[in-house]
Amino acid sequence: MLKILKYSIYDLLRSRWSYIYFIFYLILGFVLLFLNTDIDKAIITLLNIIIVLTPLIGTIFGVMYYYNSREFTELLLAQPIKRKNIFLGQYIGVSLSLSLSLLIGLGIPFVLYGLFKSASIFDFVLLIVVGTFLNFIFVALAYNIALRTENKIKGFGFAILMWLMFAVIYDGVFMISLFIFNEYPLDKFALIATMFNPIDLSRILILLKLDISALLGYTGAVFQKFFGTSFGLLISLSVLTLWVLLPVWSIMHISGKKDF
Amino acid sequence: MRAFPLFFFLLCVVPALWGNHITVCPSCHIHSIQAAVDQARPHDTVFVMQGTYIESPIRILKPLHLIGQMNPTLDGGGKKQSIFAVQTDSFSIDGFHFTNVGLSYTSEIAAIFVANSKHFTLSNNQMDHVFYGIILQHVKYGHLLHNTVEGKAIDETSSGNGIHIWKASHIHVEDNHISGMRDGIYFEFVNKSKILRNTSQNNVRYGLHFMFSNHDEYHHNEFRNNGAGVAVMFSKFIKMHHNIFHYNWGTASYGLLLKEINDADIKWNHFVQNTIGINIDGCNRITYENNDFVRNGWALRFTGGCYTNVFKNNNFMYNAFDLSYNSRVNNNLFNSNYWSEYNGYDLDKDGVGDVPYRPVKLFSYIVNKTPETLVLLRSLFVDIINFSEKVSPVFTPDQLVDKSPLLKPVPIPPTPNKM
Repeated sequence: MLKILKYSIYDLLRSRWSYIYFIFYLILGFVLLFLNTDIDKAIITLLNIIIVLTPLIGTIFGVMYYYNSREFTELLLAQPIKRKNIFLGQYIGVSLSLSLSLLIGLGIPFVLYGLFKSASIFDFVLLIVVGTFLNFIFVALAYNIALRTENKIKGFGFAILMWLMFAVIYDGVFMISLFIFNEYPLDKFALIATMFNPIDLSRILILLKLDISALLGYTGAVFQKFFGTSFGLLISLSVLTLWVLLPVWSIMHISGKKDF
Repeated sequence: MRAFPLFFFLLCVVPALWGNHITVCPSCHIHSIQAAVDQARPHDTVFVMQGTYIESPIRILKPLHLIGQMNPTLDGGGKKQSIFAVQTDSFSIDGFHFTNVGLSYTSEIAAIFVANSKHFTLSNNQMDHVFYGIILQHVKYGHLLHNTVEGKAIDETSSGNGIHIWKASHIHVEDNHISGMRDGIYFEFVNKSKILRNTSQNNVRYGLHFMFSNHDEYHHNEFRNNGAGVAVMFSKFIKMHHNIFHYNWGTASYGLLLKEINDADIKWNHFVQNTIGINIDGCNRITYENNDFVRNGWALRFTGGCYTNVFKNNNFMYNAFDLSYNSRVNNNLFNSNYWSEYNGYDLDKDGVGDVPYRPVKLFSYIVNKTPETLVLLRSLFVDIINFSEKVSPVFTPDQLVDKSPLLKPVPIPPTPNKM
């Protein structure tokens, strides 16, 4: 598996997409810090971007990589290598290279602007951790979709729909249900509902560290009590881990059975 | 009014020149302050030397000047009695350190309790471990200068106020520091008074609490990290300017709460990082000018019928919500403010945006109806609905616009609260 991982990382390092992605984050980091030298505020802006873009890029990249390397994968399948190792290696390769672009691309500007001297280093680390989680989750979900659909166009369509679902539609439904049932106590429901969407979970995890905890009133108190403690942080990180593990398990399951 | 300082000066100095001096120290012939007070004739000066005096109450019923030399400590011994109980005109208390005033759930006990007095000065006193710091009742023409009150209040029921004034007029509260009490400064039925250059922080409830007090002004004060911020209620003709309200951050906090306030002026203030910058409830004819609202949860929150308020030349920067509105617009006017979220253009380069700005976002309207939806803050979905609402307003009040939003922030100098 390590060999496959190595090859897929080499392959990705040769492809210009990971460089474009890396340079995009690099420029983004510098521009953000150039526009507002306050690292704290830059992190809030960055949050918006990470929450929306990391899943999108992870999804598209995952699907694209699977379809592009399909022939190579078929070649590998003909060799005496475990299927599990092939797909896991590829998956980890893609996720790792994306996460590295994120870490290095954003890390360089923030370190140059004095991150280590700033008090918000913990927030930044949390942001990167959450971004990495989102990468791993969405690449895994994209792989699932790609493995299930032979048709490329259909696969891309489903992948985008999946991203749209988590990034936008879920929140819309969530908001409408809060709106309709506002006669009832909703804080527990809201808490549980966020667990079912990795994007919402990451957003709230970071927001509570940053700015909204006090705005939320009673609901905020419930959320703060849950996410603000190290127990809550642990729970939400394990839910995010679960969000990685389940799709990965599903990748192995499908790839084990799939007829290539 | 101009003659007042001179008059006041004479009031302080003349008796000191002509009156007798009595000295109190722990090893002197007179070693109790009460004894010295009893012996003194009106307008005498009592000097209290360094040392600790466990006495309470010390009753002062004639005009006297008590001056603490080198900060003598007056220890209330935890008794349920005020240390100084004063009921006379023309007196002053200067330079003492008060401690150990007992706690009571039924009566008001303070380090200095003044009732039915006129023309007095309380200055340079330090207070710690006191239930109330200073209580004034039925007084006129008082000066409270350079006092420090520090408490360790935990909850509202078992703590008192730093400076508590009830039924008074013409009081000057200047350069005091109050922290860790219930309310920093409490005004009830206090008219024509001034609160200047005070610092009130870390209080359990309000930094400043105003009730039924008219024609007052407070400026160059700093209110920081108080449980619920500053509350001004049921008062008329108040001037509030050059104050700093910051870090009043919590689920029920605001920088400034205005309830039933009419004809006030709010100018040149800074509201930084409060959950709600100003909470406005039933307030009419108020002018808000040149205020800075930076990084608050809500910069302004209207919660009741408000009429004819004018907002001009204010800066609204990086607030989660600039404005929340739950009633009709009621001819409140927003004009020439700077909004950091404004993204219009200025073709004629006159510094005023050509497109009007709508400060109420759809999401803020939704949050008003269902507060729980706030968990969706900064979600992409919310950005999308806000954008579509901005393009074609359906839900948000369409009269609520700033027709001439500024493109650059109004320069508002930082307010030094020490002048």
